[in-house]
Amino acid sequence: MRNALPVLAVLAALVALWYVAVAPMNIRGALDVAERSGADVIPAESRARFETPVLRLMLDNADHIATGYSLDRPRLPTPGQVGAELWKTTGEMALKGRPMSKRSLIYHGWITLQSTLWGFALGTALGMAGAIAIVYSRVVDMSLMPWAIISQTVPIVALAPMIIVLSSQVGIEGRGVPKAIISAYLCYFPVLVGMVKGLRSPGAAQLDLLKTYSASGLQAFLKLRLPASMPYLFTSLKIGIAAALVGTIVGELPTGAISGLGARILIGDQFGTPLAIWAALFAAAILAGALVTLLDVLQRLTLKRMGMQA
Amino acid sequence: MQDVADALVADHSALKPVISADGLDLTFQTNDGPVHALSGIDLEIGKGEFVSFIGPSGCGKTTFLRCIAALETPTGGSLTVNGMTPDEARKARAYGYVFQAAGLYPWRSIEKNIALPLEIMGYSKAEQAERIARVLDLVELSNFGKKYPWQLSGGMQQRASIARALAFDADILLMDEPFGALDEIVRDHLNEQLLELWARTEKTIGFVTHSIPEAVYLSTKIVVMSPRPGRITDVIESPLPKERPLDIRDTPEFLEIAHRVRDGLRAGHAYDD
Repeated sequence: MRNALPVLAVLAALVALWYVAVAPMNIRGALDVAERSGADVIPAESRARFETPVLRLMLDNADHIATGYSLDRPRLPTPGQVGAELWKTTGEMALKGRPMSKRSLIYHGWITLQSTLWGFALGTALGMAGAIAIVYSRVVDMSLMPWAIISQTVPIVALAPMIIVLSSQVGIEGRGVPKAIISAYLCYFPVLVGMVKGLRSPGAAQLDLLKTYSASGLQAFLKLRLPASMPYLFTSLKIGIAAALVGTIVGELPTGAISGLGARILIGDQFGTPLAIWAALFAAAILAGALVTLLDVLQRLTLKRMGMQA
Repeated sequence: MQDVADALVADHSALKPVISADGLDLTFQTNDGPVHALSGIDLEIGKGEFVSFIGPSGCGKTTFLRCIAALETPTGGSLTVNGMTPDEARKARAYGYVFQAAGLYPWRSIEKNIALPLEIMGYSKAEQAERIARVLDLVELSNFGKKYPWQLSGGMQQRASIARALAFDADILLMDEPFGALDEIVRDHLNEQLLELWARTEKTIGFVTHSIPEAVYLSTKIVVMSPRPGRITDVIESPLPKERPLDIRDTPEFLEIAHRVRDGLRAGHAYDD
C-alpha cells in the first residue's frame, strides 16, 4: 500500500491535468456545436474563430466550455469518455456474449497479443543465442555486435512495410508472420545486450575458481554464467516484451491491416473517430502493463527461489 | 624393525617434495614493456608443510601461488606439483584454492556452494551430502548449511569458501590472503581454526599474506619475497612447535622469527628508491 500511494498521486495529477487540458483543446469543436444549435458564440463565424487564440475563445464563451466535455468527436476526449469507450468495446461486449466480435477490443487485443508473444519468443531466442555466441567468440563479438547496434538505428516504421511486402512475396499468407518478425526485430536487441552483460558478469576470480576444479566449458556456462545472468535477463525481458508489443502495433499500421490494436488506431484516424483511437491506445498500454507486470512477478519468484535478494 | 621402516618411509616422503620450483621465471608482456613478476625462484615444499609467502605488493607471492595452481604459466625454469606439471596437477584436482574474496555464488546456499566442486567432479548425491556435513563441521558452520551467503558475516563466508576447497580430496590447499579483508579479532580466531584444521587434515598448505604475525604464527616455513623482480630473499624454517596457542606470539622465539622476517623484508627494499 505504501508503494501504491505515490503512484496513485501521480495518476491523480495526470488525470486532473488531462481534464483541464480538455477545455482549450475542444473549445473550437464546442463552439461549432453551439453555433449549429443556434446559440450565440463570439466570434460568430467559424472562420473567424479559427484565427482566434483558444484562451480568447474560452474567455468570451465561458458558457460553452462545458460542451467541450461531451463532444462526439472531440479533439481530446475526457478520461471518462475514453473509459466509457474502452468499457463499451471490451467488458460490455463480453457481457453481451460477443467478446470476439470484430468491434471488440478484446478480439483486436488478442490478435496483437498473439503476434507479440510469437515475436517475443523469437526475439528472446535470437537475443540469447546471439549473446552466447558473442560471449564465447571474439570473432562474433567483433562482427555481430556492431550490426546489432546498427539494426536498431533503422526506423522500424520504414522497415515494417518492407518486411510485410517481402514476406507476402515469398508466399507467406496473412499478417501474423511479418508482424512477429517486426516485433522480434525490436525485441531481440535488449535481450542480446542484457544477456551479454549478464553472461559476462562473473568476475575473473569466479572463472579462475572453476578452472581450479578443471570444470568444462559447459559446466562453467550452466553453473556460473547462466545463473549469474538471470537478474540481467529478466530486466531485458521486461524491456523486450514492451518493445515486442510496439513492434506488433507498428506492423499493424501499414494500410491493409484490419485486425489488431494498431489497425484500430489507424482506422480510427482514417474515419475521424478519436474515441476509437484513444480506446485502442489505452488497450495497448494496459496490455503492455499487464505483460511487464507478469514478467516482474516471474522475476521475483525466480530470484527468490534462487535465494537472491530481489 | 618397524620403527626403522617407518623412519625410512618418513625420510623418503620428506625427500620427495610436493611442490618443487627450480629457477622459475615469469615475465608478463605489458604495453609498458616486460614486467618480471618472478625471477629465479628455487623452492621445495614438503608434504604436510605450512608455507607462508610474505612480501610487499608486487613481489610475486600471489603470482607464484597462481603458477602452482596453473592459473599462470611460467616463462622459464621448472615447476612440479605432486611430481606432475602444474596443469596436469590441476586436471588431477590436486589442490583446493581459496581466493582473497570468498566468491560464494549468491544464488546457492552454503551447502550448495560447497557442493559446487563436488557436482563438477561427479560425486554421487549421497557422497556430496556426507562430505558437505564433514567440512561444514570442520569449519564450524554446521548450522548454516541452508543459509545464503548474504546472511553470513564476512568471516563466516571465508570459512565457507575454505570448506568448499576442502570438500574434495586435494592434499594441497592454496590460500591467497584469505583473511586479508577481515578484522584483527576475526582473523586471530580464523588463524587458530586454520592451524587446528591443518593438524587434523595433514594437508600441505601454501598461504599468501601481508601480515608478519600471521605468517610467523601459522607457518612451518616462511618464504620472504621482494619485488622488481619478484624473488625470494629469505626462507625461514620455523622452530616453533606444532601446537601453538595464540599467546605463543609473546614468546621470545616468536619475536625473533618475526624480527628476521622484518629484516628480510627490509633487505628486499634496500635498493628501492
